[in-house]
Amino acid sequence: MDMRTPLGKVRGLGSAKSGTEHFWKVRTTSVALVPLLLFYLGFLVMYAGRPYADVISALSNPFIATINALTIIASIVHMRLGMEEILQDYIHSEKMKLALLILNSFFSLLVGGLCLFAALKIAF
Amino acid sequence: MANVTKNRPLSPHLQIYRFVPTMAMSIVHRITGGALYFGTVLVAAWLIAAASGEEYFNQVNWFFGSIVGQVILFGYTWAMLHHLIGGLRHIMWDLGYGFEKEFSTMLAKANLVASVVLTVLVWAVVLIIR
Repeated sequence: MDMRTPLGKVRGLGSAKSGTEHFWKVRTTSVALVPLLLFYLGFLVMYAGRPYADVISALSNPFIATINALTIIASIVHMRLGMEEILQDYIHSEKMKLALLILNSFFSLLVGGLCLFAALKIAF
Repeated sequence: MANVTKNRPLSPHLQIYRFVPTMAMSIVHRITGGALYFGTVLVAAWLIAAASGEEYFNQVNWFFGSIVGQVILFGYTWAMLHHLIGGLRHIMWDLGYGFEKEFSTMLAKANLVASVVLTVLVWAVVLIIR
């Protein structure tokens, strides 16, 4: 015999109330990424295939190093949120969804951490 | 209570709707987003190699310079530009503009054309500079 009321059963199963924050972070990072990536693309076009010394000296420039780090941070936040949305849309098994959401966070943080460490190591 | 969620009507999905440019570019926006997600590994490889020393850097540089590497980078450039232009359309919609049918269809087509043209332009510059 179930003594719980229908209302009691559904409490806590609704929206997490974090949708607006998710939306806002995606948009904020996307606005930041428009100029950052245009600069980044230009930089890559200039330096792709150039010798090691040239690339290192360019990446050590404080201005480029800052842009590099900012682009990495904004990209990682943006891509993590974007993949979260894709997973929540298409993965219907609860366990698989949770596993992939955690994997998404780990992958994003790992790639972002490695990129940032590399960028800072070159810069300093 | 148990069957409430199972009997809910589902909204029609892709195969039900007629194929239109806005829908196609919406799908491509998501696909390019997913591709760029994994494409960050390329940037990571390049940066980590540069931080690790000349020998590693030359190896990664060799791969990016090979035909396979160049094709991947070309695709990455296109995916990024397409997603970036698509993102601009999304910002416009978020601000409340551009919902008219003809206009948004025109922009969807322009998104594809602009992304291809800009990608070719970027690579033309790469080849000229080199």
